[in-house]
Amino acid sequence: MRPLTEEETKVVLGKLSKYIGDNVKLLVDRPDGSYVFRLHKNRVFYVKEQIMRWATNVARKQMLSLGTCIGKFTHGGKFHLVITALDILAPHAKHKVWLKANSEQQFLYGHNVLKGGLGRITENTPTYQGVLVYSMNDTPLGFGVAAKSTQDCRHIDPGTTVVFNQADIGQYLRSEDQLS
Amino acid sequence: MGRVKDFKLLGKKGPGRKARKQGDPTIPAALREDKKIDKVKKKLGGRIRQRTKKRLLNLAVAASTRVTKTKSKSKKDSAGETTSESEHEEGRDDDEMEVIPQPSVSDDEDDSIGEEADDFCSDDEELVELPIEKKSRKRDKKLKKEKEESKKEFTQQMAGHEVFELPDIESISNEPQDLPTVSQRLREVLHVLANFKDLREPGRKRKEYVTLLEHDLKVYYGYNEYLIDKIIQLIPHSELLEFLDACETPRPVTIRTNTLKTRRRDLAGALISRGVNLDPIGDWSKVGLVIYDSQVPIGATPEYLSGKYMMQGASSLLPVMALAPQVNERILDMCAAPGGKATYIAALMKNTGLLVCNDYKKERCKSLIANIYRMGVQNTIVCNYDGRKFTKVMSGFDRILLDAPCSGTGVIAKDQSVKTSKSEVAIERCSHMQKELILEAIDALNASSSTGGYLVYSTCSVLVEENEGVIDYALSRRNVKVVDTGLNFGVSGFTRFREKRFHPSLSLTKRFYPHTHNMDGFFVAKLKKFPQKSTIVGSKQQPAEEEEKEEDEET
Repeated sequence: MRPLTEEETKVVLGKLSKYIGDNVKLLVDRPDGSYVFRLHKNRVFYVKEQIMRWATNVARKQMLSLGTCIGKFTHGGKFHLVITALDILAPHAKHKVWLKANSEQQFLYGHNVLKGGLGRITENTPTYQGVLVYSMNDTPLGFGVAAKSTQDCRHIDPGTTVVFNQADIGQYLRSEDQLS
Repeated sequence: MGRVKDFKLLGKKGPGRKARKQGDPTIPAALREDKKIDKVKKKLGGRIRQRTKKRLLNLAVAASTRVTKTKSKSKKDSAGETTSESEHEEGRDDDEMEVIPQPSVSDDEDDSIGEEADDFCSDDEELVELPIEKKSRKRDKKLKKEKEESKKEFTQQMAGHEVFELPDIESISNEPQDLPTVSQRLREVLHVLANFKDLREPGRKRKEYVTLLEHDLKVYYGYNEYLIDKIIQLIPHSELLEFLDACETPRPVTIRTNTLKTRRRDLAGALISRGVNLDPIGDWSKVGLVIYDSQVPIGATPEYLSGKYMMQGASSLLPVMALAPQVNERILDMCAAPGGKATYIAALMKNTGLLVCNDYKKERCKSLIANIYRMGVQNTIVCNYDGRKFTKVMSGFDRILLDAPCSGTGVIAKDQSVKTSKSEVAIERCSHMQKELILEAIDALNASSSTGGYLVYSTCSVLVEENEGVIDYALSRRNVKVVDTGLNFGVSGFTRFREKRFHPSLSLTKRFYPHTHNMDGFFVAKLKKFPQKSTIVGSKQQPAEEEEKEEDEET
């Protein structure tokens, strides 16, 4: 477990800002205590500072998780957000997509969102903007990338993909092993 | 439309609904003559009359010789005879008058002329009526006997048994087993054992019955000898079958609301709209729900995936409720996987403070971590240590939950392999490990914590060795005290079991059985650690004790 290097921090925050924009600041300066990012076995954890201090007692080999895992670095140095980051992203989301009840299940199986299943979408979402996906009763279901801007969405036919699936809560079942 | 009847034409059928019918009058014995005659007339059938006629003829011939001798005596008797009995006989006599007395009359006439008609009759009666009397007496006797027999049978049926004959065990164990007969025999043996003094076969010992019971239970439910023996010792005979039957049937599916993300009412509404039939679990929990049936898989609904609830047995809520975690505490769950109890603790702590989840098995930690993330718990450290050496990593916790690995004898319904896989060695090994764990857990507690210093020990086993035995051991080795669990149901733990005697405070621990509480068999004990130096009980363990103390101080 170690703090992120400057370069890594840049990558991580850059990735987060794709989804939550300027709200990244709120993640770092929180009113309810200071939170830190820590790297452990290629995974980035977002954790309260006090808990991180206690966790220094645990040996590297035996440490499996602390706080919340938000993503992992690949061997190529890229940073991937994982589904467990949803709890951190959801409250600060800038661009959101709501799904109709019948397409919820499709999304949870890892499929992209089609125009037919789209319930609502935030105004002025540009193409390839990171979006948070919600069900109609405001339960966060995952996140992805908008394939079409809000304007485009009005005119396309129902079979067209609107949001690319990047992570959904179905992964808690489908790929339980890869979460840690 | 039905047929319209003219009721006037039909006439009157009965006395009418309101006509009160008077019962038959009771006529005093003295006035009863005529009635009696009628009754008797009806009673006697044609065959009887024929037979009596025949017999009387024979007798009359025989008696004619005796008549003279008895005559004087009978005269005396008949003079005083006004009892109902004699009248009764007279009546009968009248009935057969036309046939019977002919020969005798002729005889009599020879001997006694001018005798009273009554006298004559009574005389005849004594001789002639005898066979009928005899017959009726016999009949009475027979009836009485039958009545007695039926009464006896009835009382036996009421008692629900006939005297059960104890079969030979050796012969039984050699024969192939027929399950219905075994089941029948089981019930009978249990019935005898329930009231051994009265119902046993004379000369048979209690031990013989118990051996047979053990053998039959083993065959019928498929347990190994050691475990069934333990269960028979533990559960009273009257509840034994209920317990074993409960171990065959699965417990109801229960879920726990994740209060970090939702409320129970909202969750219940969401699930009901998905076609799930559910109910609150009971008065004792505000987060539990029982699922009766569901049209969708409960473990894969969007609500489940978004962490609004956790599927976990009702019994696994109990140790956490006993632990009563407070916000901003440091809490350790020593054997945390798969995270049902750990996430409940975190929910009660409202995601504050620190929750350390430890588990010995790395594979099991995967599901633990997945559940922790899914439920939105952010105050955890998950690590993979041997719980028996945990004080080397961290100590000074406010509360510790030790849900010790156990033989699983309370959850046989979940895992049938427990029935055959557990032996004495396995239980001892379990028990030994639990003792090591509980001492380590107590050492990791912070005794001078302002809010806590509590340890909750729980197992899903019902055996005394893994429960009361372990707590008693901890009481003798560390400066701890058993405190009330705060659970207002369940059975108190044993303070004495067979030859074992435990500390009296063990009655504050709680046991839960599958057949009485409809949850998995479970044991919960809450201990509080005290700051002052422990008083060492056993002189033999003294050096080891001190070594352990030293280790503690080092860490």
